[in-house]
Amino acid sequence: MLEALLDKAKKTAEVAEVLYHESTELPISFEANRMKSINARESSGMALRIIKDGRIGLGYSTKLSEPGDLDALVESAVESAQFGAEAKFTLPSTYTANGVIIFDPAVEALSLDNLVALGTEALDLLRNHDEEFLCDVGASKRVSNVRLLNSHGGGTDYRKSVVSLSASINLTRGEDLLDVWHYALSCRADVNPQAVSQRIIQRVEAARSNAEVTTKHMPVLFTPQGLGSTLMTPLRQAFSGKTVLEGASPLSDKLGEQMFDEKLSIYDDGTIDHAVGSSPTDDEGIPLQRTPLVENGYVRTFIYDLQTAGLAGAQPTGNGERSPNSLPAPGYHNVVVEPGGGGSLDDLIGGIDEGILVEYTLGASMGNLFSGDFSGNVHLGYKIENGKLAGRVKDTMVAGNCYEALKNIAAIGSEPEWVGGSFYAPPMLVADLSVSTRDS
Amino acid sequence: MRERIEDALKQHTADYVEIRIEETRSTGITYRGKDLEEVGTTTLLGGNVRAAVNGGWGFVSFNKVTDLRDKVSQAVSQARLVGNEKTELVEVTPVQDVVHVSMQRDPWEVSLAEKKQLMDSYVEEIWRTPKIQTSTVRYGDGYRKQYFGNSTGTYIEQERGRVSAHFGVVARDNGNVQQSRAGFASNEDYGVVEGRHADVREAAEKAVDMLDAQPPKGGEFKVILDSTLAGVFAHEAFGHLSEADHVYENDKLREIMVLGRTFGGRFLNISDSGQVPGLTGSFAYDDEGVPTGKQYLIREGELVGRLHSRETAGKMNEAPTGNARAQSYSVPPLVRMRNTAIEPGETPLEDMLAEVKDGVYCKNWYGGQTSMEMFTFSCMEAYAIRDGKLAEPLRGVNLSGNVFTTLENIVAVGNDFAWDPAGGTCGKGGQSAPVGDGSPHVLISKCLVGGQ
Repeated sequence: MLEALLDKAKKTAEVAEVLYHESTELPISFEANRMKSINARESSGMALRIIKDGRIGLGYSTKLSEPGDLDALVESAVESAQFGAEAKFTLPSTYTANGVIIFDPAVEALSLDNLVALGTEALDLLRNHDEEFLCDVGASKRVSNVRLLNSHGGGTDYRKSVVSLSASINLTRGEDLLDVWHYALSCRADVNPQAVSQRIIQRVEAARSNAEVTTKHMPVLFTPQGLGSTLMTPLRQAFSGKTVLEGASPLSDKLGEQMFDEKLSIYDDGTIDHAVGSSPTDDEGIPLQRTPLVENGYVRTFIYDLQTAGLAGAQPTGNGERSPNSLPAPGYHNVVVEPGGGGSLDDLIGGIDEGILVEYTLGASMGNLFSGDFSGNVHLGYKIENGKLAGRVKDTMVAGNCYEALKNIAAIGSEPEWVGGSFYAPPMLVADLSVSTRDS
Repeated sequence: MRERIEDALKQHTADYVEIRIEETRSTGITYRGKDLEEVGTTTLLGGNVRAAVNGGWGFVSFNKVTDLRDKVSQAVSQARLVGNEKTELVEVTPVQDVVHVSMQRDPWEVSLAEKKQLMDSYVEEIWRTPKIQTSTVRYGDGYRKQYFGNSTGTYIEQERGRVSAHFGVVARDNGNVQQSRAGFASNEDYGVVEGRHADVREAAEKAVDMLDAQPPKGGEFKVILDSTLAGVFAHEAFGHLSEADHVYENDKLREIMVLGRTFGGRFLNISDSGQVPGLTGSFAYDDEGVPTGKQYLIREGELVGRLHSRETAGKMNEAPTGNARAQSYSVPPLVRMRNTAIEPGETPLEDMLAEVKDGVYCKNWYGGQTSMEMFTFSCMEAYAIRDGKLAEPLRGVNLSGNVFTTLENIVAVGNDFAWDPAGGTCGKGGQSAPVGDGSPHVLISKCLVGGQ
């Protein structure tokens, strides 16, 4: 079908590219301590991108089975090309299909019973720890096939398998609600119910009692998840070639300059085996690579898709990511923050006289991302007192500017971990951030 | 389609089965900066079967709308594996209905060339303002036809339309970067996106004005929320807690959210309606075929109702409300809000300002998030209030707090009212849904402001 569509498109357009995806997904869910539903989702669709009279046209359809459907898709792409942006790129002519390992037959072989067992084990571990836990658990597997082919002969095809396990607990005492969750995603069948439930239990135990903080500046330690939801969000936007091209990134003119603490190195790496963000190529057929964003505090590379790179006069970096019904745009694969010499999370906590540990923030990434300002409700965090966790902090906000904060990193932990299968980072200690709380 | 759906529903052994087939067509035009970035159209066809057996659910979704009977058996056998108690769905009178979309000006009758020309003129308007660094302009329209049938005899064909234009502006002065936005959305009239040049210009000027703003001091303050921000507060802070799927199986939360409990002053009324003309959160039937209406959540300060799917209403023994919504055919419905509002009270804005010696006036928003009892949202525009008068502009103001105490801390509700013209998009369980938020101005006696 790809070839047929490509042939039809080539009759009217100079260049054509077809992206076909199909996936099957089997998610099962447990709600309020018992199994609730079993879902089976099948989806497939085809995106056609063309260049006609030098302009880009695009169409996407999941309606592909009737005669005339492919013609309708070509027509819609041709119509949009009349008004489309001028193409500033050449599609690749090499076909890249192998390399990184993202398919595991053991995931594909997971049966409904296996998934039920995976979810049940996580649920039982949590419930055995505390029968007051109200638990939701989700277990799922997905296998997807992607085929990309363009009229220069370039493209890719690959299979990807992803298994995921997520769990959350709610504990309500009076009007004190505690929600704690954790999740694991992987391309191979290695998600571990014990590890997932253990992380939740640790967090709940540290939050059993509440602690008071006062409004002032203090050291703030971020867990990998806290780092991801707070300081990384403005950076993701700032390193996007699109933001840079517009001059809206505070880093636009800082390539090669030291803008961060020398301890900080960040990579986007689409070549890591079994990582959820990996694949042989991006959604335009450009092979993935390990791209340094920050090395020892220096701004090294911004990420680009083909069109944005063409407009910016930059090299494509294999970051052309797309949802099927839109054009490629710069997107990350696996973001990796290099570990430092700060030791374990406990070592880092041990070195703090008074501060807070942030696990998740709420709303920190909603603010003005361009400026780097953030201000988030500490959804789950703890007071640190004399090197020990001293209880959960509530009604507390942490605020600052991520560029200022990352110039003044007190320590980076030595033990990175995966967050959601595509962010790999250690804990990070920022020396001085504003912490505000309710007047008591 | 009706025959195929009704035929597939004929033989099954489940407590309940429904089939939902959808066709959608949508257009998007996007500009980044001065340049058009993307024009595209999307055609989607797909469907699902959902079945309940002994309280367990099976769900099968697909793009190839064939062999519906096999899909019914698959969903039923999945549900059977799960269920080991009783299926409790609130009873709903079976309906046979056809709902046509009635557009005042139909976006599908406007040529792509005309739409593009209109958006070009907005882009031009934005870029007349000095110090603009970049902008985004997004036009979108969509048409959806849904075929829904269930095993209790309901069959509905329902069309829905939507059209929207959203504008984002980023201003920059050296390292200082500020943004602002405006938007317009409707489910019935292309006209809502026409003639918006003055609004677009105002958004551009606002971003530039905010360059001179200072970050706020952190701490607790008296705050006044404008109608847009107060509407988001109603949605984020109270609306989500009123979604019965959070409550029905959580005994402790049921105790907190018990009907009849007082949450605020007698001037506080909060409602959720699927029937406000023109808003993108309005529709005749929800995705379980239940007719929508207006549901009061808080009346004169007292909790009087909540938002239900057929299952949550059945299990809580309350009336159905028509709040089961699915983002698309590929996912099952969740309990979602529609158009949520704090209803107008009696206090003029001047009287609220006069109450504030040292506080913050907060307008419009970038986003909001909630974790049941805690909420946070970020203001797009804010001003210090000193001795009852608006003073210097503030940037990066985030408000945060506990829902219950903040509702108690609402000390005045304005005599004005507006729906957010931009419409909203709410995310829950990985699904997004168009919603409406509205309110008058409200005065909160104490609210936590995140500062530096």
